[in-house]
Amino acid sequence: MASNSASDLGSQSEGITPSQTVGPFFKYGLTPGGQYDWNDAFTNNLITPDVSGERIRIEGKVFDGDGVAIPDCMLEVWQADAQGRFADPQDKRALPNATFKGFGRCGTDQNGAYSFGTIKPGVVPDPDGEPQAPHILLAVFGRGMLRHLYTRIYFADEAGNSADPVLALVPADRRATLIASGKGDGVYTLDIRLQGAGETVFFDV
Amino acid sequence: MTFVYPVKSNDAHPAPLSPDYKSSVKRAPQKPLIPMRHTLSELTGPVYGHETVRSGDADLTTQHKAEPLGERIIVHGHVLDEDGRGVPNTLLEIWQANACGRYIHVRDQHPAPLDPNFTGAGRAQSDASGYYRFVTIKPGAYPWGNHHNAWRPAHIHFSVFGHSFVTRLVTQMYFPGDPLFPFDPIFNAVPDEKARFRMVSSFDLENTQPEWALCYRFNIVLRGHNATPMENK
Repeated sequence: MASNSASDLGSQSEGITPSQTVGPFFKYGLTPGGQYDWNDAFTNNLITPDVSGERIRIEGKVFDGDGVAIPDCMLEVWQADAQGRFADPQDKRALPNATFKGFGRCGTDQNGAYSFGTIKPGVVPDPDGEPQAPHILLAVFGRGMLRHLYTRIYFADEAGNSADPVLALVPADRRATLIASGKGDGVYTLDIRLQGAGETVFFDV
Repeated sequence: MTFVYPVKSNDAHPAPLSPDYKSSVKRAPQKPLIPMRHTLSELTGPVYGHETVRSGDADLTTQHKAEPLGERIIVHGHVLDEDGRGVPNTLLEIWQANACGRYIHVRDQHPAPLDPNFTGAGRAQSDASGYYRFVTIKPGAYPWGNHHNAWRPAHIHFSVFGHSFVTRLVTQMYFPGDPLFPFDPIFNAVPDEKARFRMVSSFDLENTQPEWALCYRFNIVLRGHNATPMENK
């Protein structure tokens, strides 16, 4: 029987455990996608049969500082449902009425491309109760990245962007790096640039 | 209980650019990260269903017809927050090389044998006290192309979630006393020595199982303090 005593707790708790890169070989463990003898805990399809809201697809590529597409990144997304509620009991408002979980994971392919199938999230309040424009949180992991980076995906066709308190923190000439554009067919495009010209805005959270 | 996540805790992490780790040079942002207040989006995180972790997923030695080669080990510990409380019901995913230092990944070309009885992936959910336990094979060290005669210290990759999207952690667990520590730019990208050694497991004789397997303890500390500490003194 494994020891489970209180004296074991906190023995290393004088600070957090540091981050290390996912490295080049995470695919068979985290995003096997049928190519390895292991199952996916999460996929890039967030849609559940009973979810309400506008079905959308977000796609793009991830680039390094030389403008070269990165074939070994992993992206994770976290978002509210169409009513702006999170599938987490820590969200104290009315519980979601669907099996929608709001979490997805996607490895980039050999062309550096990713995609997520989901629904357009609703409006989520900021700490002052002011509305945030619909957005999705995005974490980027990869070989060469000692810690994952946090950014956000906004949508070009949302009027609320102009009053969004987080976009307002971003210099105007860099905001476009956070805003996915669409042609009105439910498909949005947003490329992620880790470094250099058009570098994506990442947040210190 | 509600949690707060001071960004100061992130000082334990490596800087994005760590030039000795060559892959970081073109993949680290050059502009500073933009500070922002945490909103409900950052403070919440995914909850897992029973389908996420299947029975047997935490034992990497029983996923195939026969047992893998190598030294069988137990790796266990607690997922904790910064106040030392266990983080319950959180997902841990691990992946690792086999006993010869070879990953099953198609791009790993290290000329060491694959083991048909070892995939090297596992999953577990912490219990109500934050405790988790894996059974696996001790991974081997392996060479990589970062610099002349570069070898990674033996390690197991860990992916952990915690209470919110900002507690998300991907790290590597190392083994005590590894002679490769001073030469590894990934390990040494963590600036503070104490923080670096929080990634090193400790040998656990008490929970080593006689005639069966050595045991290593690896506690994982995620961000998060109680937002409303009790004033009872």
